[in-house]
Amino acid sequence: MVMTREEKLARINAHQERVNLIFEKIDSLGLLEKVMKLENSKILEYIKESGLKGRGGAGFPTYLKWKLAADQKSDMKYVICNADEGEPGTFKDRKILEEQADKVFTGMAICAKVIGAPEGYVYLRGEYNYLAPLLTTKMNAFNEEMNQLGLNFTLKLRSGSGAYICGEETALIESMEGYRGEARNKPPYPVEKGYLGKPTVINNVETLVYCTMIVLNEGGKFKTFGTEISTGSKVFSVSGDADVEGIYELELGMTIQEFVDLFGDGDTKAVQVGGASGFCVPRKKFKETIIGFEGVPTGGSMMLFNSTRSMYHILMNYMEFMQEESCGQCTPCRVGCQQLVKGIQAIKHKKRSATYLDELVKLAKSMRVASKCGLGQSVANPFISIVENFREEIIY
Amino acid sequence: MSENIQKMISVTIDGTPVSLPENTTILDAAKLLGVHIPTLCHHEDLCVAGNCRVCMVEVKGSRTLQASCATPVAEGMEIYTNSRLVRTARKHVIELLLSEHRGDCLRCYRNGNCELQALANEYRIDQGVFIDLHKEDQVDISSPAIQKDDSKCIRCQRCVRACTELQSVSALCVAHKGADMRITTFWDKALSYVVCTNCGQCVTHCPTGALTERNYVEDVWDAIYDPTKHVVVQTAPAIRVSIGEEVGLEPGQRVTKKLVTALRRLGFDSVLDTDFTADLTIIEEGNELLQRLTQAIRDKEDVALPMITSCSPGWIKYIEHEFSNHLDHLSTCKSPQQMFGPLAKTYYAEKIGVDPKDMVVVSIMPCTAKKFEAARPEMMASGLRDVDYVLTTRELGLMIRQAGIDFTKLEEGDYDSILGKSTGAGAIFGATGGVMEAALRTAYELITGREIPFENLNIKPVRGLSGVKEATLKIEGTLEKYKFLEGVELKVAIGHGLANARKIMKQLENGESPYHFIEIMACPGGCIGGGGQPIPTTDEIRMKRANAIYDEDEKMQYRKSHENPEIIGIYKDFLKEPLGHKSHELLHTTYVKREKN
Amino acid sequence: MQGSENIVRKAVRKYGKGRENLLPILQMVRKEHNYLSEDQLREIATEMDLSSADVYGVATFYSFMDMQPKGKNIIRICKTITCFMKGKDSIVSVLEDALGIKMGETTPDRKFSLLEANCIGWCHKGPAMLINDKVYTELTPEKAIQALDEYM
Repeated sequence: MVMTREEKLARINAHQERVNLIFEKIDSLGLLEKVMKLENSKILEYIKESGLKGRGGAGFPTYLKWKLAADQKSDMKYVICNADEGEPGTFKDRKILEEQADKVFTGMAICAKVIGAPEGYVYLRGEYNYLAPLLTTKMNAFNEEMNQLGLNFTLKLRSGSGAYICGEETALIESMEGYRGEARNKPPYPVEKGYLGKPTVINNVETLVYCTMIVLNEGGKFKTFGTEISTGSKVFSVSGDADVEGIYELELGMTIQEFVDLFGDGDTKAVQVGGASGFCVPRKKFKETIIGFEGVPTGGSMMLFNSTRSMYHILMNYMEFMQEESCGQCTPCRVGCQQLVKGIQAIKHKKRSATYLDELVKLAKSMRVASKCGLGQSVANPFISIVENFREEIIY
Repeated sequence: MSENIQKMISVTIDGTPVSLPENTTILDAAKLLGVHIPTLCHHEDLCVAGNCRVCMVEVKGSRTLQASCATPVAEGMEIYTNSRLVRTARKHVIELLLSEHRGDCLRCYRNGNCELQALANEYRIDQGVFIDLHKEDQVDISSPAIQKDDSKCIRCQRCVRACTELQSVSALCVAHKGADMRITTFWDKALSYVVCTNCGQCVTHCPTGALTERNYVEDVWDAIYDPTKHVVVQTAPAIRVSIGEEVGLEPGQRVTKKLVTALRRLGFDSVLDTDFTADLTIIEEGNELLQRLTQAIRDKEDVALPMITSCSPGWIKYIEHEFSNHLDHLSTCKSPQQMFGPLAKTYYAEKIGVDPKDMVVVSIMPCTAKKFEAARPEMMASGLRDVDYVLTTRELGLMIRQAGIDFTKLEEGDYDSILGKSTGAGAIFGATGGVMEAALRTAYELITGREIPFENLNIKPVRGLSGVKEATLKIEGTLEKYKFLEGVELKVAIGHGLANARKIMKQLENGESPYHFIEIMACPGGCIGGGGQPIPTTDEIRMKRANAIYDEDEKMQYRKSHENPEIIGIYKDFLKEPLGHKSHELLHTTYVKREKN
Repeated sequence: MQGSENIVRKAVRKYGKGRENLLPILQMVRKEHNYLSEDQLREIATEMDLSSADVYGVATFYSFMDMQPKGKNIIRICKTITCFMKGKDSIVSVLEDALGIKMGETTPDRKFSLLEANCIGWCHKGPAMLINDKVYTELTPEKAIQALDEYM
């Protein structure tokens, strides 16, 4: 099934128009007026029924996160929008913030109402600083509107300063509190003890927009998409050796083969799903691999590689990234990443035998269970999936 | 018992069911069952870090392993401490640490007392699988007290937590990230150029040889072997209850008289006691307090009160950095170590007919900061370096072991005279609250002519390990000279650990300090928990050492400093009167303002 | 020195002395002064009643907190694999040649610093770079030089 680029684009756009939740223009203010009259239990029911899971990558049920925070008794609570989109190959939150900031803020306000939070923060990654003026203007207007609606909710903007790990929610909180962005021990989770020790919901940009749309549609539409385990749609960031690159909202549950047929250049040998912390799917597994929580989960990053690319080079790029962006506090991640980088280099340069690769795979498996946070735990994803599927390319 | 019955949680550990109070960590739960889970970044003095990942366990149903030091038990947990997954991951973690650590064990100062070495031994990591990563860092020997070797650092951050939490000094920090993450100081400066107080808590909390004292053992041996030198040794109050741990005894053994014999066997020419100058400190400092009270209460003069003790050199450097506007609150008395030095090189040298130039004064201290104190430029009251070398308890332990002395078989001996006799009041200097207790015993008697009204002279409210202790003493029935103190409620406070000192000083800075007299010791527990003491030191061990010190006090012939016959003698012979001309020349000092950051 | 003191005080006044304001304060001082100097970190610590080591530990964690003098304009080229695939290396060499410096260096006139960055979020339009806060995408050697011209 070979399509021209135009045919592919037409198909993709048709798919996207059918879904069209994230980038649909809505009357946020009108929605908020309506929402404020809704019972919190009703809102929670919509979110629960939708089956929405966090779109940042970890996939925690959004309903449960809100419910847990709502159930906490506290004089103060916070809602934080995680706009620290740092996963290599992910750039959809940038566009959402550029084009749909109101819907992000509305999602935060809905969450704030449900959990009882008078303050919200958007934590924007430093690399997106150029968005700050725009977001500040929109935020001021939004705060003014909230004020006029008589709602006790104020939004503030915080910027990161170049640290991938701050996308991990407890590291993000540490950073907001003025510390090194190092992940905390859990429990307690942020819904119990978050920003400044208060119950805090942290949601990804895209998740918040889906919340807005789910409530707007009274639970409808979103859940009609996707599969039983991965309901709804997802915004994908497509890059690499692709005929069609960019940001597209698609249903969850398609196979990599279907995806590659739509976006690939006809010579795709591997797709890296979920960025440097995600999984590499080789051509032979395209048909059996579903994009979603039942197959390969993703925060949206889809990098396509054709047969001209060196998988060694790709793996090195990811591993060097992890080695640099590890916060460094826990042993498996700090030292493990260095060993993986040095290890594959040593094998490539014949300083170590090929069997050393097996030792490194075992190490990666230990890092998956032993690291303190998601960063260190996920290093094994690209490492093992690339090494196991492209062993020859790593060794020779 | 509290009315609220604590919620109990039922779990199984390696198949054994057990019920535990809520909030118990898996680590502590396992300990109760007699299951030892290895740890590295964990230290009971410090907050939980959960970063070394050595203590991981498997919890059924959990996607990842859990750090047992950081994870509380939850109802129904099935915990496995030694499953295949746990063992594999733990071995990997140990191997990773070894790949980052310069494993130069045979040449390491902590050889034989290193937690990483013990762990590697336990897991028989005999073949290094991974690539050696350690960097050949320059060892920082800028400080006379502490040296820092990053190539041996395993980034457990115990030193940083000790420096910030226990001590609120924050000279050390975690900086940079990823592979570059390291334990360092502000702007990666050398230790002697930052706010380090030399307290040595980083050293006693370091599991490896990354942080150690600067050791002067060879210099002291050289002095001993030099026939032209008369080597005088003085022993701090806290040594006699801790040196036993260095020679294989259980914590809490009081070995004063064997210590004396051991020092003689090592070849020291005069074996004298810092406890003597502790008594002397009480006389000088007690009189200074009375002088300040007289000025403040009777003469309505502007004088700095509360007066704060000055025996602890870590504390002195801390206040010089952190609260340099309040140096006038410090007693001008030198510490017992630094009173001893100039007296040895003047009074004592003359008595025994030795040219002070040929005298070497060595002190055995529970402290690393004492090394810095001895090297302070002003500490040359005798015209020479008053104290030449300061050894920690650990260094003395090393010398005793090197000399092949079987400590348990030693005969008992007595300190030489003069500068060797002491009282129970001097002895208790080694525990937090001890200086206060000793001072009160003497001051009360000076003011009223009567013994302080506590059973058997034991002033219990100032003892123990709570962070800040307070006591109030109503003065009644004063002698004529101190009539103005009649009915005054003397308020005192005791702080140990610099984080507690900080609280006390913040109160003072805010003008809210209700006290007349404050004792501060830099280290938690006082000198018995000093930075030069045997490793490990925990609260349990601190209590044992403290109890041994109070036991020593109770068994002494004299228990009040002013009754020490040698003290009476030295005033008659040499010093003439407390706070007199000679005292000011030899026993009192001044302080310097240092940068806060 | 007087000037730099003012920046620190201004930042602390603007955001407040609470610990949670440390990052915004560091960011503001870094932005206005071009980099964070030893004295400024010390001053921030003093103003906020923190230890200087603590502030140093935080500042060194974040890769945008420059602590060496940097060029007036900071070029950060994305080094993620996708930008590499689209020819990032040729952009780097063109810029190195044009500026007469190597990656990681600053021009002697302190006009430009050339740095690499982890993913800047323009993978579909690589190679991409930031000059200060402005994004340049789908770079060709010509476009890279043109971008430089805006700051010459």
